[in-house]
Amino acid sequence: MNTAAHDSHDHDDHGPVKGIRRWLFSTNHKDIGTMYLIFSLTMFFIGGLMAMVIRSELAIPGLQFVHPEFFNQMTTMHALIMVFGAVMPAFVGLANWMIPLMIGAPDMALPRMNNWSFWILPVAFSILLSTLLMPGGSPAGGWTMYPPLVLQTGNAFPFLIFSVHLMGLSSIMGAINIIVTVINMRAPDMSLLKMPMFVWTWLITAYLLIAVMPVLAGAVTMLLTDQFFGTSFFLAAGGGDPVMFQHIFWFFGHPEVYIMILPAFGVVSEIIPTFARKKLFGHDSMVYAASCIAFLSFIVWAHHMFTVGMPLTGQLFFMFATMLIAVPTGVKIFNWVATMWRGSMTFETPMLFSLAFVFLFTIGGFSGLMLAVAPADVQYHDTYFVVAHFHYVLVPGSVFAIMAGAYYWLPKWTGHMYNETLGKVHFWASAIFVNVTFFPMHFLGLAGMPRRIPDYSTQFADFNTIASIGAIGFGLSQLLFVWVLLTSRKGAKATDRVWEGSHGLEWTVPSPAPYHTFATPPKARIANEAFE
Amino acid sequence: MLKVSKHRSLVGQLLLMTVAMFGFGFLLVPLYDVFCEVTGFGGRTNAVAAAVDEAPDLTREIRIEFLTTVNSYAQFEFVADVDSMTVHPGRMYAATFTAKNLAAGHKIAQAVPSIAPGSAAEYFTKIECFCFTSQEFMANEERTMPLQFIVSPELPDYVDTITLQYTFFDTAPVAANVEN
Repeated sequence: MNTAAHDSHDHDDHGPVKGIRRWLFSTNHKDIGTMYLIFSLTMFFIGGLMAMVIRSELAIPGLQFVHPEFFNQMTTMHALIMVFGAVMPAFVGLANWMIPLMIGAPDMALPRMNNWSFWILPVAFSILLSTLLMPGGSPAGGWTMYPPLVLQTGNAFPFLIFSVHLMGLSSIMGAINIIVTVINMRAPDMSLLKMPMFVWTWLITAYLLIAVMPVLAGAVTMLLTDQFFGTSFFLAAGGGDPVMFQHIFWFFGHPEVYIMILPAFGVVSEIIPTFARKKLFGHDSMVYAASCIAFLSFIVWAHHMFTVGMPLTGQLFFMFATMLIAVPTGVKIFNWVATMWRGSMTFETPMLFSLAFVFLFTIGGFSGLMLAVAPADVQYHDTYFVVAHFHYVLVPGSVFAIMAGAYYWLPKWTGHMYNETLGKVHFWASAIFVNVTFFPMHFLGLAGMPRRIPDYSTQFADFNTIASIGAIGFGLSQLLFVWVLLTSRKGAKATDRVWEGSHGLEWTVPSPAPYHTFATPPKARIANEAFE
Repeated sequence: MLKVSKHRSLVGQLLLMTVAMFGFGFLLVPLYDVFCEVTGFGGRTNAVAAAVDEAPDLTREIRIEFLTTVNSYAQFEFVADVDSMTVHPGRMYAATFTAKNLAAGHKIAQAVPSIAPGSAAEYFTKIECFCFTSQEFMANEERTMPLQFIVSPELPDYVDTITLQYTFFDTAPVAANVEN
């Protein structure tokens, strides 16, 4: 660091205040990033417990542990918590921690809004979780909130709507913050196309968030006014149309799935070059591919609703547009493989998670292509095949990328190497159990088992038992991750660069990263040449 | 350290985009209606009375089927008085439907029509229909309600059967019905 510039900022250079006030009033991107990550991990376990209830009930045919109504509440809440509480905040947490470090900015552009966007989340999820204790229980009509079913929710209904509003507000503020940081606060010699892939994918994701979260807010507002203020947006009796909700919801919902996967692409694009000891193959084509995916995500929404009734031309359009997404996604997969080609690879935990990501995400992508075939979708729609598909892209997809990122940057956050052996055990347990859990669901779906049911015909028994064993194994494996985190300060001291093959500004600051970094903008090009 | 003025215009643009997209969500509602009405997707037919000249095409016969459904929250009996009829395109026909309020109280009902196949919707014109307005029923009242319609001679050749389906709704909010 430049000491002269450092001295002139002495009056600014204080550590964090002590106690709870540090966290409540923090405007520091590292503190807020940490809070996002801890919050997300907490939600991951709460949502995971709900998954355990679901899989226990489904382990054998018949109704054994919970009432069907409670089962439906579990599926609905599991999805809402995992999507909005675990995956999205985890990526925002990684963005908060790493984007300023990667682009050489001293902090996020709007630090006070950053504090606000985090602290809205615990409020939103307290509201959502409180519905579990209400008479009538929590929402049970599915996370997609389709009317007219969702309008029968009862006491929990306004709480559901209000918590979704708050989550949207938090995401939008987070997205605005990231865009302003990336556009305005990069190191002077870092042009847009020189940005690391993680920053790029987050920039695109942030634009997606701003484009679709307000649409979701609009849709749930319409539900609210339909229920309490006499409007008929979705009530057929008053001239509305419930199918319209599905169109509006999926206009949000499809870009939303890319909001959950694009940052994962970014994380993996950082990790694979490090452990292959090669530059990312086709950096610019990766940027264009991600932009392409983002654009296409706006014109494919109706592939979620092929069976609600649609003219042939509509089915064909949405089918082909959906299949088109395989092209830019394929570009990314091939680029990762090409990055590894003839690299001198080592297999530390972050790399293992990234490799599993590439392989298993591709399986999820392929089942997605099968679902995109409109005539075949009539068979697959609302079966366990869909459940298998989106869990493959979300668990060994997004969640594995988050794990990979956490292991990769953990030494930079704590200043110590985590326990590599335990990390690898965590990886292998997760990778095996995730497949034991979700792979049989493909067969169940193809055999016709519907999703969102607490009981099933005995012909589905064996595969369900296997899936339940896998789920419990996967759930327990995640406790290892917590153990690795808790003991992470006991390891050897980490160097500044941490990994032999790492590149980028975040590896030029000491480990652990000081409370304030890059008070003076760094020279990105010179910093990177030092690593060659 | 932070130049707030540098950020202000970008933040302003992004906020504007957020507000615009919130508005766009609501704009989708009229867009959806216009789209359905123009194309007939979803089997929508005209929602107000239309005047049409008769020009019967006696060489063609079209079978019209009537289907009735009562929404699960509406306490009504609702049936078509004839299940089906055979019509010539270009000639006006009448049919009747009978509804009975099963509740002990005053109710306002609304029938919502749908045509199958959807591509026939724009050729099926209602001249008079009980579905144009909501229908008031006294407690236990039973009433016969009229429909007058005409099928356009321009109906595509491949259509030989049109199904007209009505769903009968109680217009009171769903929540109120659930509690009852």
